[in-house]
Amino acid sequence: MITRADFDIITQWVPSGARVLDLGCGDGALLKHLAESKAVKGYGIENDDAALLGAIDNGVNVIQANLEDGLRDIASQSFDVVVLSQTLQAIRHTEAVVAEMLRVGTQAIVTFPNFGYWKHRLQIAFGGRMPVSDDLPYEWYNTPNVHLFTVRDFEAFCNARNYRVMNRRVLAGDRETAWLPNLTGNLAIYQICPSQR
Amino acid sequence: MLATPQFAHWDEPLTLSSGAVLRAYDLAFETYGTLNADRSNAVLICHALNASHHVAGTYPDDPDNRGWWDNMVGPGKPVDTDKFFVIGVNNLGSCFGSSGPTTTNPDTGKVWGADFPLVTVEDWVDSHARLLDRLGIQSLAAVMGGSLGGMQALCWAIRYPQRVRHALVIAAAPNLSAQNIAFNEVARQAIMSDPAFHGGHFAEKSTIPRDGLTVARMIGHITYISDDQMESKFGRGLREGLKFSFAPEFQIESYLRYQGEKFSEYYDANTYLRVTKALDYFDPARATNGDLAAALSPAQAKFLVVSFTTDWRFSPARSREIVTALLDGNKDVAYAEVNAPHGHDAFLLDNPQYHAVVRRFLQRVAA
Repeated sequence: MITRADFDIITQWVPSGARVLDLGCGDGALLKHLAESKAVKGYGIENDDAALLGAIDNGVNVIQANLEDGLRDIASQSFDVVVLSQTLQAIRHTEAVVAEMLRVGTQAIVTFPNFGYWKHRLQIAFGGRMPVSDDLPYEWYNTPNVHLFTVRDFEAFCNARNYRVMNRRVLAGDRETAWLPNLTGNLAIYQICPSQR
Repeated sequence: MLATPQFAHWDEPLTLSSGAVLRAYDLAFETYGTLNADRSNAVLICHALNASHHVAGTYPDDPDNRGWWDNMVGPGKPVDTDKFFVIGVNNLGSCFGSSGPTTTNPDTGKVWGADFPLVTVEDWVDSHARLLDRLGIQSLAAVMGGSLGGMQALCWAIRYPQRVRHALVIAAAPNLSAQNIAFNEVARQAIMSDPAFHGGHFAEKSTIPRDGLTVARMIGHITYISDDQMESKFGRGLREGLKFSFAPEFQIESYLRYQGEKFSEYYDANTYLRVTKALDYFDPARATNGDLAAALSPAQAKFLVVSFTTDWRFSPARSREIVTALLDGNKDVAYAEVNAPHGHDAFLLDNPQYHAVVRRFLQRVAA
C-alpha cells in the first residue's frame, strides 16, 4: 500500500510530462495523482481483480498481469520512470525484476519497508521473533514478503549491479530521517539508474 | 425489456473490399434505451459468427427469443440502457435480416445464394457507419463486441477514429492464427463437399447442405469450449455403454451432433462460408507490414481489452498483442484477463469479474 509520504516524494522526483509505468499499481491512485499534478502519461500493471476494478474506476491505464509477464511485453527504454512501490520485498526474482525495470525505463523508483528499522531489530534481538509492524504487518507464516532487506542491503545490491543511486529518502513515519537512517527509518525510497546513464 | 427489429434501406451503392459493389442493400437493427439530446450516448454492439441485431430483450410475440447478449445489455446491466442508447445491427452477408445470401438480389429478383459477394470486417464497419449517419449519430460513446465482434470494434477505432470515443474489444485477436484459419477451412470444406451444396445454389434446388453445416458447427463448437470444461461436462461419459457401432456413444458425440443439427436448422451455409472468410481476412496490420501499433496509430478511443484465461481460440496472448500495440502507441487502454473456466464462450456468459470490469469501464464513459 502506498502511503501519503512516499506518494509526495515520488511526485517530486517524476519529471513533468514523463511516461511512467507503475508496477503493482493497485487502484491507480499514484498514477491518477501523477496525471493530475505532473501531466504524466501513465500505465499500471496490476494482477489483483479487485484492485484492477479500482484502477478502472480511477480512469487510469491498467494492464492485468503479474509483474514478470507484464514487463516482458514492454519495449526497451519505452518509459521515463518505472515505479515499484512497496512490492520489491514480495517479489521472488528481485534481481531480474529490477534489471527489467531498468531495461524498460530510463530510471526506476523503488520503495520498500526497511527491515533494519530499530523496532524490527528490537523484536528480533529481544523478543526473539520475526518483527510485526505497521510496515510488515504479517506473521512469518503468512507473509507475502519473501525477501526482507535493509537500506544498507539495498545500497550494496545497487553497488554490485552498477546501479547509481540518484536520490534517496528514508522516512520515519511520514517524516524524513537523515540521522542513522538504516536504524531510524521504516520506509526507504530510492531513485536509481544504470551508472552509465 | 421488449425489442423491435427495424430495417433501413440504402440505394446508394456500397463498394466492398473485394471491389464488388452492392447496388442496394438493407440492414436489420434494434435499439434499446433513449438517444440523449446531444446524441452522445450511443453504444454500438457488434456481433460474432452466429448472432444478430437481436442483442437484448424479447419480442412481444416471441417471449422465448431472448437477445444473445441479454445478460450484458439492458436496464441496470453492465451496458445500462437507462444511460446508453444501444444499437445492435446485423452484418451484411448474414442470414438474419440484413442483405445476404438468403435475401433477394435486386438485379435479378432471385435469391442471392452463392452470388452474394464476400464481405470483410471493414465492409461491415463501413455499412454500420452509414447506419449511424441515418440515425443522426456523429460519434459513438462506445463500440463493443466479443470475438469477431471485438474485431469490428477494433476496426471501428482505426477506420473511424473521430467517431469512436471508447472501444471494448473482448475475447478477440488482432488476426487469425494459422490454426484458426485451419479450423475455418475444415468447416468450409465440410459445407462445400456436401452433395446438397450445389456450389452454393442449393436454394434453387430446394435443398440445404444440412450435413455439411452440422459438421462445420461441430468443429467450431469444439474451439469455443476449453479442454477442462469439456472434460468436466462430458468426460468419457457414455450414453448407454459401448455398442461397437458408429452411432453416437460418448456424451460429447451426441452433444456436438445436437449442437450441429440445431445450428443447421437456422443458419445459412453461404453465410457461414462468408463469415469465416471475413474472420480469415481480418488483419489490420496487413496495411502496415505487420506493425499493429502503426495500424492502431489513427485510433483516438480509450480501449478496454478483455480476455479469458482458458480461451484457446483467441487466447489471452492474442489480446495482449493488442494491448502491447496500444501501449507502444501511447493509447489509453485497460486490460482485464478474466479467470474463467469456459473457454472462448466465456464472453457470452455471466462472469461477475468480467461484468464488473465492463460495468465500471462504462460508468466512466457515462460520467
